Amino acid sequence: MASLSGEVGGIRMESPVMLAAGILGTTGASLRRAALAGAGAVVTKSVGVAPREGHRGPTVVQVEGGLLNAMGLPNPSYRNFQEEIDIGRGGGAPVVASIFGAGAEEFVEVATGLDADGFELNLSCPHAERLGAEIGCEACNVEAITRAVKEEVNVPVWVKLTPNVADVVGLGLAAERGGADGVVAINTLRAMAIDVESGMPILGNRFGGLSGPAIKPVAVRCVYDLASALEIPVIGVGGIASWEDAAEMMMAGARGVQVGTALGMVEGYGVFRSIAAGLSAYLDRKGIGMEELVGLARRAR
Amino acid sequence: MRPISARIVEIVQETPTVRSLRFDRSLGPVPGQYLMVWVRGIDEVPMSFSYRDGITVQLVGEATRAIFDLEVGGSLGLRGPLGNGFTLSGERILLVGGGVGAAPLALLGEAAAEAGIEVTTLLASRCCDDLLFLKRFERIGEVVITTDDGSLGICGRASAGLSALQLQEFDQIYLCGPEPMMADVIGRCAGMETKIQASIDRYFKCGMGICGSCSLDPSGIRVCVEGPVFRADRLAGTEFGRYRRGASGIKLLRDG
Ligand SMILES: Cc1cc2nc3c(=O)[nH]c(=O)nc-3n(C[C@H](O)[C@H](O)[C@H](O)COP(=O)(O)OP(=O)(O)OC[C@H]3O[C@@H](n4cnc5c(N)ncnc54)[C@H](O)[C@@H]3O)c2cc1C
Ligand SMILES: Cc1cc2nc3c(=O)[nH]c(=O)nc-3n(C[C@H](O)[C@H](O)[C@H](O)COP(=O)(O)O)c2cc1C
Repeated sequence: MASLSGEVGGIRMESPVMLAAGILGTTGASLRRAALAGAGAVVTKSVGVAPREGHRGPTVVQVEGGLLNAMGLPNPSYRNFQEEIDIGRGGGAPVVASIFGAGAEEFVEVATGLDADGFELNLSCPHAERLGAEIGCEACNVEAITRAVKEEVNVPVWVKLTPNVADVVGLGLAAERGGADGVVAINTLRAMAIDVESGMPILGNRFGGLSGPAIKPVAVRCVYDLASALEIPVIGVGGIASWEDAAEMMMAGARGVQVGTALGMVEGYGVFRSIAAGLSAYLDRKGIGMEELVGLARRAR
Repeated sequence: MRPISARIVEIVQETPTVRSLRFDRSLGPVPGQYLMVWVRGIDEVPMSFSYRDGITVQLVGEATRAIFDLEVGGSLGLRGPLGNGFTLSGERILLVGGGVGAAPLALLGEAAAEAGIEVTTLLASRCCDDLLFLKRFERIGEVVITTDDGSLGICGRASAGLSALQLQEFDQIYLCGPEPMMADVIGRCAGMETKIQASIDRYFKCGMGICGSCSLDPSGIRVCVEGPVFRADRLAGTEFGRYRRGASGIKLLRDG
């Protein structure tokens, strides 16, 4: 069987198929469960400086081709989170802490307050006021926050980008200038659903972020553009549910992939092993290795 | 699934703090399954089915207050049925319900009686005014009552009623109520764990196994999709009976 192990954005992993941020990542037990189920690395729920209960319900609603969510970054704050990371590490895979803040200072406070195998800066949550995408839309913020965190930690730092901008590549280049070890693309797309019976927006927060199969083509395009322009590795996320989805994302240039919404679908935690097994069999069938798969679409003519 | 709109056709005040709402449609649940109830503009909260077409709500906070403010003709958004309900098995069963926990057990007991199963109920509450669905349970079998203040039946907590019953006679025991009550009953039925099914309560946000707010330590069981009903042996060694988590994920020590 073709080996899938290698380094992704400065972190060694047995499989490039990871758990995406905010999906079942609130507790150490669920991070550990994902690792034991075959995730190459697990990314935590985004944590910040203070506990947050998140938005009112409904926080998630199923729509055509995926899910809309406006969780509102519920988290127990980094002060109550080290224990969860340590339990998560018991699964044998690296634990990447997803962190958010209102500015560079908060990002640094959270990063220096946690011991993790890497950090993913959430500069892309589309539905939390003054956090996430509202600061992550500006290249100068992305660069400054990345640099500030990089200066204070000695583990890899990834930057998760929002697709809700005209120029995602500009944000990726800003992360690279700030010293990021990789970029993660994409977070959810701003979207909305309305209840036709009452005329009310369904989500408690009115609008939220679209994830799942519907956003995969957008994610593939973002990854393709980013991988063409950046020196640092790109990690692809958005609508991946099968090995074919993962292979497509890697052909666009992703060195690794993350899986979110698919965990809530039929297969659940089994999705990590089935994607990895499918990728490995595909590489065997084609007689190629991972390094040839990554970016194939940019070389193919 | 998007929430479907259901109109309220009947409201029954069951106890001073508990009300049942019947809808203009049945969602065809298995007893023990739940639905996410969207109180438009307020919140979305989990509720068990107490009827095929209805829920029974205890007034505790903002969302339930808003449900209490609704009138016949009003409507709610419903997502369900969700989760795994109770599995009926055996010829003689015991239902142990505490407080509003009696709600899903009434639906289960009626399904059991219809299937020819002999049903006994241990119904517990703080005082006689708070006993939920006493008539429904009496209609399907024998009922043992406990009240904390002794105003009716045996004086004491639910477990005080266990000594009035021959537990070994039951093929299956079904629990729903406050967590300390369920943990206590399971503890007193040592060796019977594989015959006990309990519907447990955690903080639900998504109801589809994706957000992780209801995951149990230490194995990460997702209560919203793998439960809310579990066999007691699956709960052994978990956080159940010791602590739970609130909306932010912070651990809260065992309550009431
Ligand atoms: C599977 C399941 C079935 C349930 N069935 C019933 C039922 O049949 N009848 C009934 O009266 N209650 C039931 N509940 C409890 C019910 O969901 C809460 O009492 C209700 O959400 C309270 O909302 P609130 O806004 O009025 O209270 P709040 O003021 O928001 O909170 C009061 C307390 O209610 C609980 N709570 C609040 N929101 C949630 C939530 N989203 N998930 C879980 N707990 C919450 C918390 O423990 C909180 O401390 C069930 C809960 C679960 C998990
Ligand atoms: C319920 C839910 C919660 C999420 N929470 C976070 C989060 O806390 N931080 C973050 O960076 N992304 C979060 N995301 C975005 C995902 O990590 C991912 O970028 C997005 O869902 C696209 O991938 P998918 O289609 O595989 O789900 C969340 C997504 C969902 C559906």
